[in-house]
Amino acid sequence: MIIKTAGLRKDFEVRKKAGRLRRVTETVTAVDGVDLTIERGELLGYIGPNGAGKSTTLKMLTGIMVPSAGEVTVCGLRPVPDRVALARRIGSVFGQRSQLWWDLPLRDSFALLRHVYRVPEAEHTTRLKACRKLLELDEFMDTPVRQLSLGQRMRGEMTAALLHGPQVLFLDEPTIGLDVVSKQAVREFLASLRDKGDTTIVLTTHDLADIEKLCERLIVIDHGRVVHDGSLAALHDRYQMKKQIVVELEEPWAGDQRLDGAALVGVEGLLIRLELDGASVGQVVAQLPAFRDLAVVEPGIEDVITRLYGSDRG
Amino acid sequence: MSAPAASIPAGSLRAFLALVGAGYRRFSTYRQAALGSAFTNAVFGFLRCSVLLTVAAAGAGGTLVGYNPAQLATYVWVSQGLIGVINFWTQLDLVERIKSGNIAADLLRPMDIMWMQLATELGRSLFGLVLRFTLPITVGAIFFDLYLPGKPHVYLLFVVAMVLSVLVGFLCRYILCLLCFWFLDIRGFWTAWVLCSGLLGGLQFPLPVWPDWLVTTLWVATPFPLLLQGPLDVLVERESGAVIGLQVVWLVILFGVSRLMQGRALRKLVVQGG
Amino acid sequence: MANPYVKLLGAQIRSQLQYRASFFLDLSMATLLSAVDIGALFLLFRVTPALGGFGWREVILMTAISGAGFCMADLAVGEIERLKHYIRTGLLDTVLLRPMSALGQLLVLDFATRRAGRVVQGTLFYLVALTVAPVKWDAARVVYAIVAPINAAVFFSAVFVTLAAIAFWWIESGDIANAFTYGGRDFTAYPSTMFHGWFRGLFAFGLGFAFVAYLPALALLGLSEPIGLPDWARWCSPLVTLVVVLIARATWLAGLRRYGSTGS
Repeated sequence: MIIKTAGLRKDFEVRKKAGRLRRVTETVTAVDGVDLTIERGELLGYIGPNGAGKSTTLKMLTGIMVPSAGEVTVCGLRPVPDRVALARRIGSVFGQRSQLWWDLPLRDSFALLRHVYRVPEAEHTTRLKACRKLLELDEFMDTPVRQLSLGQRMRGEMTAALLHGPQVLFLDEPTIGLDVVSKQAVREFLASLRDKGDTTIVLTTHDLADIEKLCERLIVIDHGRVVHDGSLAALHDRYQMKKQIVVELEEPWAGDQRLDGAALVGVEGLLIRLELDGASVGQVVAQLPAFRDLAVVEPGIEDVITRLYGSDRG
Repeated sequence: MSAPAASIPAGSLRAFLALVGAGYRRFSTYRQAALGSAFTNAVFGFLRCSVLLTVAAAGAGGTLVGYNPAQLATYVWVSQGLIGVINFWTQLDLVERIKSGNIAADLLRPMDIMWMQLATELGRSLFGLVLRFTLPITVGAIFFDLYLPGKPHVYLLFVVAMVLSVLVGFLCRYILCLLCFWFLDIRGFWTAWVLCSGLLGGLQFPLPVWPDWLVTTLWVATPFPLLLQGPLDVLVERESGAVIGLQVVWLVILFGVSRLMQGRALRKLVVQGG
Repeated sequence: MANPYVKLLGAQIRSQLQYRASFFLDLSMATLLSAVDIGALFLLFRVTPALGGFGWREVILMTAISGAGFCMADLAVGEIERLKHYIRTGLLDTVLLRPMSALGQLLVLDFATRRAGRVVQGTLFYLVALTVAPVKWDAARVVYAIVAPINAAVFFSAVFVTLAAIAFWWIESGDIANAFTYGGRDFTAYPSTMFHGWFRGLFAFGLGFAFVAYLPALALLGLSEPIGLPDWARWCSPLVTLVVVLIARATWLAGLRRYGSTGS
């Protein structure tokens, strides 16, 4: 077990204006009793809406922030008191911030990081070589970081986070703002890292395609609590997302027809949208009037997540 | 391509004033920072005032190069207040906009870049009047005897000189920031400006402390004395209309230079893509 | 393996040299900026024979100790005032994610090489001042002459760090720190006798600025303190500096702890 938390909690004191001069202090709980057990080599998706407590959890796991209550161990260390020792064992990419040297060529940043993390030369060279090949860095190794495109920079950031051979890699929105090709490159790289199995990866993202393509396990957090921990399929089952059928009819929908085992959820001209409820696609189609075309829509993760956040809000 | 027209059509005046208001509101969200800066200005007021008054007390007739102690106190404390209104040392947004390339978006707006920047800066100056101007001067008035001109028209002249010095200061900074189109990093120029505007503007000491030939050269050949020394001399009644006339002359010169530079800079941007 | 701090420092200097023309203009202007203090002193002596009861040969020693110390401190830790910016942009998190001391990294990450010229100029000026001023040389004074500017540098560095750490509690503090860093330099460049009343009490003794240049200079010159301090107090500067350093250390650590618990 490489990451373990029990009852992890973080409260913030927020001072609010109450009237012209008076101010009141309110306690806001950002993380409210999170229990996590993450095994070596897992690729874990950690998702939730803005303000759900994702970044706060990451900060507590990486030793930047002290928990208000609860236990945390990462790589067998307590993050805050053992910050420096832990820093050698973890790598991180925070999409919006750079750990590279803005005005220097990418190559120099890597060389500097070798010194910062005191990595032996041979090890450094081997890892850099592997990353250069997988992430195709060669064409911009000598370009100052400020001139890199966002996609190139992100590939550089990934490399920077891995050069010291971390046991755990924390990724916060690694694909944010990237073009389709770069996103794909980043995902493929992470998949290959996952398949090798020595690096545990914790990925937070708003891009649900990242999750669908990469994560076997998904932890959903909302209002500081874990609302789901399991596979994507389990999430589907739990929220009983239903298949939908979109049908283009020959004649406009009469309106008074009833269908067994399906519910009408939308009409737009000749197009109608049905949600299956107990019946199979075949059984529903048999009840339909003449139609020109038909498509079956599997529930997407977006729908699942929307419903998940929604259910908690209600 | 020619530079966009430098005049404000009457209909745009409202837009300009709206931008000034927006600038005011934007900077008024930094009220705490303004208080911190006003505190710093007050500490410097004490430091500079003590030094000058001590020197004056030891000198002939209790004056320093013709300033009596009350005039010196007014000079120092009002100069500390003016810093927050003229904002000599703050770079314009323009620099970040040029560096990030957002300047291209500004070209699409119906208002000229210079007027947009000026409006924001006027908003900043207006907010500066609220805390950064009044607080140090109040502190000065509590702990020192300040010189107060008896004739009301002196205050009016001082206000005019202050407004003109805000404009002169803006144009100097605008010209420096335009250099960003040619040099990626203007830190060196900026340090030079900070050095000159303070020292040659009369912030540390009233300029007459310097040798006469140097003072004359500064007044004749540079806009620096018009930033602080000029308005302050108007207030302590050592100068009057001449300062304002000189400010207007420099305003015209600096305006011409900045239009010329802006035209070239934008041509460069359009032709070479920055 | 080379020291990582040295490597980071090297990288920082290389980054700055990317903009060569601007860098050298900045370097020369920064050097000139600190020469202003000295120029200012001579300007004042053009119009008055004495400042606070001391002649120019005596005051120049105070200005020189203060100037040399401030330049060294400014070069070493001056950029720590950018801590606000680091907190606001989240860069401090990046720093905390590396296996190095946070303060150490911040100092080298923003090392202002352009201030190096000032240190050379400040040191040279101090050497000149030592030869011009009527110093009563003996063994103890030789040692104190070496200690004094270093002591001033450590004192100012501690002031820089303490004030920068305010940002951990109050991020919108504007340039309040300048009141005591640059303000402290202005204060220490003159004899403390030029200031009066509670203001002198606060700056000279409350905040300890009299111990930066004024009292060490009096010790070197063999002059008694006219305000009425005992002669031995002139030799106590390193002790006062030690106290200020301990305050800075405690403030910094408390600030980092606070950042860890609030993250803002």
